[in-house]
Amino acid sequence: MMNVRGGTLPPVFFQRLWRAVLLGLAVCFSPVQAADLPDALQSALEDLAGRDKVLRLEAVERIANSGTEESEALLQVILSGELYHWKPEDRFVRGEKDGRKFILYALEDGAELATVGRREAKKVSINNTLRGAVKSALATLDLIAPDPAKRLAGVRAQFAALAVPVERIDALLESESDTAVRDSLVTLRAMTLVSDETASGEPLMTAIAALGNSTEPGALTPLKGRFERSDDDAEKSALSSAIKAFESRQARFGMVKQVFFGLSLGSILVLAAIGLAITFGVMGVINMAHGELIMLGAYTTWAMQQLLPGQPGVALLLAIPMGFMVSASVGMVMERFAISKLYGRPLETLLLTFGFSLILQQAVRTFISARNVAVSNPSWMSGSLELHPMLSLTMNRVVIMFFCLAVFAVLWWVMQRTRFGLQLRAVTQHREMARCVGVRSRRIDTLTFGLGAGLAGLAGVALSQLGNVGPNLGQAWIVDSFLVVVFGGVGNLWGTLIGGLGIGVATKLIEPWSGAVLAKVLLLVAVILFIQRRPRGLFPPSGRSAGDN
Amino acid sequence: MKVLKKFDGALTGAAIALSLTAASVGTAAADTIKVGVLHSLSGSMAISETTLKDTMLMLVEQQNAKGGLLGKQLEAVVVDPASDWPLFAEKARELIEVEEVAAIFGSWTSVSRKSVLPVLEELNGLMFYPVQYEGEESSKNIFYTGAAPNQQAIPAVEYLRDELGVERWALLGTDYVYPRTTNKILAAWLADNGVAEEDIMINYTPFGHSDWQSIVSDVKAFGSEGKKTAVVSTINGDANVPFYKELGNQGISADDIPVVAFSVGEEELSGIDTAPLVGHLAAWNYFMSVDSEANDDFIDAWLEFIGDEDRVTNDPMEAHYIGFNMWVKAVEVAGTTDTDAVVDAILGVSVPNLSGGYSAMMPNHHITKPVLIGEVQDDGQFDIVWETPGLVPGDAWSDFLPGSKDLISDWRAPLSCGNFNVVSGSCGGGS
Repeated sequence: MMNVRGGTLPPVFFQRLWRAVLLGLAVCFSPVQAADLPDALQSALEDLAGRDKVLRLEAVERIANSGTEESEALLQVILSGELYHWKPEDRFVRGEKDGRKFILYALEDGAELATVGRREAKKVSINNTLRGAVKSALATLDLIAPDPAKRLAGVRAQFAALAVPVERIDALLESESDTAVRDSLVTLRAMTLVSDETASGEPLMTAIAALGNSTEPGALTPLKGRFERSDDDAEKSALSSAIKAFESRQARFGMVKQVFFGLSLGSILVLAAIGLAITFGVMGVINMAHGELIMLGAYTTWAMQQLLPGQPGVALLLAIPMGFMVSASVGMVMERFAISKLYGRPLETLLLTFGFSLILQQAVRTFISARNVAVSNPSWMSGSLELHPMLSLTMNRVVIMFFCLAVFAVLWWVMQRTRFGLQLRAVTQHREMARCVGVRSRRIDTLTFGLGAGLAGLAGVALSQLGNVGPNLGQAWIVDSFLVVVFGGVGNLWGTLIGGLGIGVATKLIEPWSGAVLAKVLLLVAVILFIQRRPRGLFPPSGRSAGDN
Repeated sequence: MKVLKKFDGALTGAAIALSLTAASVGTAAADTIKVGVLHSLSGSMAISETTLKDTMLMLVEQQNAKGGLLGKQLEAVVVDPASDWPLFAEKARELIEVEEVAAIFGSWTSVSRKSVLPVLEELNGLMFYPVQYEGEESSKNIFYTGAAPNQQAIPAVEYLRDELGVERWALLGTDYVYPRTTNKILAAWLADNGVAEEDIMINYTPFGHSDWQSIVSDVKAFGSEGKKTAVVSTINGDANVPFYKELGNQGISADDIPVVAFSVGEEELSGIDTAPLVGHLAAWNYFMSVDSEANDDFIDAWLEFIGDEDRVTNDPMEAHYIGFNMWVKAVEVAGTTDTDAVVDAILGVSVPNLSGGYSAMMPNHHITKPVLIGEVQDDGQFDIVWETPGLVPGDAWSDFLPGSKDLISDWRAPLSCGNFNVVSGSCGGGS
């Protein structure tokens, strides 16, 4: 069936090739390719659908060890939760949910059988224990997969159970050529040896030392386990020094991680506050609707994902300009028709913007939904970035950190290097003088408020990737935003950046000692005390712009 | 801000109440029995409570279709306490004094129930409370159809210990009364069952907490010490999504460290991206996925009533279903809607629940329920992986708290006491 040219390939190649073909088939036509389900599998499925937990667990093992070619595909069906019992026919099938109906396919040949209602198809549910067993059975099959990445995942999946015998690992090591997989196999071998009660002498000592120098986070578990059980002094001292070496390395990376957590929290605070740094900081408008402008950005992301189903990444990228524009337009309308009438009357402005915040919230409740909406993460914003086996940073936070820095850099460039930025600074520093030299200050006011509102929209796009998107989203950020701007120094963008990052890092350094609730309290107290000492914040404005006009 | 909000809430509430009063004056005939529905339709709790209001309207409609009660039609009187706790008390007073309702079905948060309680006791009203809560309460005038801690938290922990072999426990919660009491009970239970202090981690976070990086990383470290670890979560509402997202991103899957939650149900899952939650657990007394005829009928009726195929059913809805049917049965037995007669008649009343069995009202005003553990699926439904072999009777006073383990509640004569101390032999709590 397969035309292979050249006759020098080793037999193992054909084995792998055959497996690859099987896998390919399994992926293409998920249900198995056979006329009838073998009895061994049928009876195992009956046990799996039963209630006896021991029998159910055994059923998974029986399927995995059945040696039938259907077993792998069947395990995949079980893992994906698509195995159903078709009650009227008393038959096991693969089911796909379609609205409130279920489409049933034969396990044997994938043929479509019927579309039935909820009452006829009973899902064969699997719990975590069974899911773990299925995963480890599949991982064991992965150990001889042709793709090195898959083999590596297969080896790593064994770290928790340590169920592969040492002889098997040695055999795998002999045929393994990929260095990363080899390293993992060596670690697995050492972990298996250390947790093996019967192991002793030189090989055990080597394994203990190897784990002490290992960077695999799971290596600590067998060391600690053996230390608790062991009664041999030499063994105990070797174990204790290995544990110490491992833990001190872990602590060093832990410190780096805390600082990263702080910077990440800080960058989110900066993003949330940077729009306010313009509207409140530069223009002096106490903008209570700032949180709702953030919320509009988050809803724009949701709307983009609705318009481009199945393309969350593209939708997110498009949401960046869209979110800016939506919030900026709303902000400019607000400024033009209401806020501008109340310049110089801060208390009325506060009430006015608070009113806007209520209107925007209720508008979302009425026209979209009072309930939260689902915004999904694109694949490049899920999971972690592994810098080192002991230091992995979550992708969404890393991306948002760079996004924050990029936004800040662009804003800085706009303020310092463009004509608009020059006029903006001129108007805020000395309105009359700016008008004298021909700056249209009313227009600049509107554009500046729009800029601040648009930045809030950008923050919303980023926040939609972290938490809930709902009508109350803005309320959660308004206090933090004001905190950052006031702490950093009103009217100073650098203050907002340094203030936000500083508050973030400080929170994360206090949190392990105090808990999240007290950390928030302590931080507020610290900022209040700081403002008492330095009312103008971290970076007080200097020169003419400091004047209270 | 606060004042403004309250004023605003009171205004809306008053407006709605006015219009409702006007409406009921117009339509109410003398031969109807009024049922009060006291659920927030605006404000922060509206997300959860509006559904319960609709459930009550459906149940009343169904009962009327069956011929009403005592030969009279039922009439639902809906008021909006606007997620404002003091307003709950005012609205309850209005329902009893002005509307003269026979029973109230309502409240969600414990603080709203505590605010209504004195009004109910003063005016001798009746209320059915449908949400799982922290226990430590039993009033003559309230029937607790949601789960007490021993009907949710403790069976869930037993499941984790016995079925999954969990030996280390991270108890994470939002910082308010329900998580703090529940965690106190759980910590005492775990200690009684030989779990060492260093194997229990307790952590509280503010409402709406969104930055879970360090806590999840702590849990990960806590779980990497070789013993099987689980998280018991009393995290409330909006804080859940970022929490589960962070778990997923830090590579913690449900088979490494399972999370069992007491506040995450079908309704909460319907507004979020469920991908990071798949495989994690929740403990309730009812899931929409329960395989029973009664449940299929209930779901069909609900979807038809609400006119939206995508809506879900959840545990507090079942609690109202049970509570309403118990009240109907008790009124039929008593032959009157008089509070004292109904309170006497309802004890021991047994009605079908939606999981294929029967629930009974006990002398402590709590009910018997099965406890189910479900795993989150990617469609926002739960796969039931375990259930208690029989029904669990709700315990008003936890046996695992020093102040309450000597207390019992029994509203049958001659005891008729919600907090009888078996050591001192007197009614009125105190140890």
